[in-house]
Amino acid sequence: MNFGLSEGQRMLKQTARDFLTAECPSSLVKEMATDDKGYSPELWRKMAELGWMGLAFPQEYGGTGGSFLDLAVLLEEMGHACLPGPFFSTVVLGGMTILELGDEKQKRELLPLIAKGELIITLALTEPGSSYSASEMMAEAIADGDNYIISGTKLFVPDAHIADYIICVAKTAQGAILFMVDGRNPGISCSLLKTIASDKQCEVVFDKVKVPEESVLGDLDQGWIQLQSILRRAAIAKCAEMVGGAQQVLEMTVDYVKQRVQFGQPIGAFQAVQHHCANMATDVETSKFITYQAAWRLSEGLPCNQEVAMAKAWVSDAYKRVTLLGHQCIGGVGFMEDHDLPLYSKQAMGAETAFGDADFHREVVAQELGL
Amino acid sequence: MDFRLTPEQEALKREFEEFFKEEMKQAPPGWTGALEDMFSAEGWPFHRGMACKLAQKGWLVRPWPREYGGQDAPIIEQLIFSEMRGYYGAAGVDAWGIDMLGPTVLAVGNEEQKKEHLPPIARAERFWCQGWSEPNAGSDLASLTTRAVRDGDDYLINGQKTWTSGAHCADWMFMLARTNPEEKRSRGLSYFLLDMKSPGIEVRPLYSMDGSHLFNEVFFDNVRVPARNRVGVENEGWAITRATMNFERSCIQIMAGAKHDHEELVEFCKETRWNGKTLAENPFARHRLAQLAIEIEVGRAMSYRIAWLQEKGGLIAAAAAASAAKVYGTELTQRLAFASYQILGLYGQVKRSKWAPLMGKFESLLQFTPGMNIGGGTSEIQRNLIAWVGLGLPRTI
Repeated sequence: MNFGLSEGQRMLKQTARDFLTAECPSSLVKEMATDDKGYSPELWRKMAELGWMGLAFPQEYGGTGGSFLDLAVLLEEMGHACLPGPFFSTVVLGGMTILELGDEKQKRELLPLIAKGELIITLALTEPGSSYSASEMMAEAIADGDNYIISGTKLFVPDAHIADYIICVAKTAQGAILFMVDGRNPGISCSLLKTIASDKQCEVVFDKVKVPEESVLGDLDQGWIQLQSILRRAAIAKCAEMVGGAQQVLEMTVDYVKQRVQFGQPIGAFQAVQHHCANMATDVETSKFITYQAAWRLSEGLPCNQEVAMAKAWVSDAYKRVTLLGHQCIGGVGFMEDHDLPLYSKQAMGAETAFGDADFHREVVAQELGL
Repeated sequence: MDFRLTPEQEALKREFEEFFKEEMKQAPPGWTGALEDMFSAEGWPFHRGMACKLAQKGWLVRPWPREYGGQDAPIIEQLIFSEMRGYYGAAGVDAWGIDMLGPTVLAVGNEEQKKEHLPPIARAERFWCQGWSEPNAGSDLASLTTRAVRDGDDYLINGQKTWTSGAHCADWMFMLARTNPEEKRSRGLSYFLLDMKSPGIEVRPLYSMDGSHLFNEVFFDNVRVPARNRVGVENEGWAITRATMNFERSCIQIMAGAKHDHEELVEFCKETRWNGKTLAENPFARHRLAQLAIEIEVGRAMSYRIAWLQEKGGLIAAAAAASAAKVYGTELTQRLAFASYQILGLYGQVKRSKWAPLMGKFESLLQFTPGMNIGGGTSEIQRNLIAWVGLGLPRTI
């Protein structure tokens, strides 16, 4: 039994903390909220130079051969910095999916480019009438000779406005298929949604988008089954980000209550405030354990459906509690737009609903319990 | 990272499990594994008998050094033992003697005290209670006023302890008394061991809100304690209450007990039809049960991590985490009890009898949980400790 990070993971975490503290200050995060692209290409290039995009790809595909667990460690630090941009979409939703489902040609062609920071990829799954359930999905792909014609509307697609490829899930007569669609296909129209975290989620309309059959990712008609593994990975990767964000809220809050003086003493000397902080610390710590336990299982290829569901349900609730207590302790200044805390309370709200909220995952757990 | 047990640890776990599973079939009817069950008329002989069986297997004091009957069990093995014991709500382990007094005597007792007091515990012959709280010294324990006055080779003890779990059954008590009345708070306290058969001790029962008898008041009227039964230096008894050495403090037995109770509740909900459908089909029940399963897994992860931290860095490294697990575990048990009450509806209120679901287990748990958040350091004191020790916030009380 070993609950600790490996030496390499500790170094990765420290490098990421140092790099992001320098290169991704909260001023940049705030700037990107109103930026059209929503990320800094300069920072993106530097991240690629550090090998982050290819961290979890094998060396033969231009990566550095790390594990999913390594990627989770990095994502935790990205959450800590509230890093804006398409890393999650490109690597977790895009690259890892291609690595799992792609044929040799797709992997050789796409993964090295992702590793070099030259491609942005995302996943288009959810729709106006369906989130994570197969039966209600409307977008469809119709075979047309050597091509498929995709039509439908996808919602909450992260970073689609800048994506080179959109992995689109569409139903067929026999199931569902994942397609690699060129983000610049003229049949695609994309508009940004106005969201709490200003995190560049899009409405993407596929209007009779014609794609060749080589763009099929994974097995024909098995798309829905294959998607389950993608969603587990995305949910636990999101948990890792949330854990980092929650850790930062705790650090920010404890620093504040040690310095803020009222009634002649730091407010952190008051038991009411101490108990808020203790509750935050427990939520942060437990979120870490439950996340890494699931991430480790996923990384090791062990069954993890229940563990991932437990983690996403717990962390979705816990991060919310942490940010609300952070607001309670930091008071009025933390409620102001220019403070850093709202970056995280917004991150928490956005992440809570992504890849299944707590209720969604509680239902998964209920089924796993045989209820 | 690696969350697996080694094959040897897995084998040990199975061995413990088989033993507890088999032995607990002999438990008195309605046994829940709660402390009050151990000190009932039927429970106490069962508890002692089980302790003898554990002693015979060499398992009773596994964490202790070999020369005192133990096996120097590493923290992770202690964790596994406590987990299996907690899961089956097993009797037999006198936590006061084995986990509290034993480590203290091992750490600061003299050779004579070790020889006199450790072997009877290891042989399951002597059971202990703890003389800590007093009517006016609860969370603020250091303000206690029970007096011990030196009188030749003895001390004379006068005063009162309260909430003394199992004092009506225990053979001996370890206690704190004030030897220097000039000193306030933690200075001026000494640590004594006393035979509960000593003249001048009176134990009066305190009945809990469910009518069970776990707690007692203990009165001391000129109780004579030989000076050789003082552990450590006079007036420095407070510090040695902190000497617990390398014993696991993960609260895993609470988490494991909750897991077992939850599993029983889940099975009950699958089998039981009310109002035309199974309880498992009720969406509110499903989600409550799922949420509890998540919370129990979170608790188990906390406990395992504490054991790992302790193994790496000792108890100090795990102190704040141990406080967090205590708060979490007891509050979790309370949520489990209240959620079960919501699920069981009208039947939840029935005490063990014909119409009580699951032998009235949750009725009993429901009434016990307010006490769990208080005993052994209230949730508020634990949260203070998390803030002071874990987060470095200023200590003002």
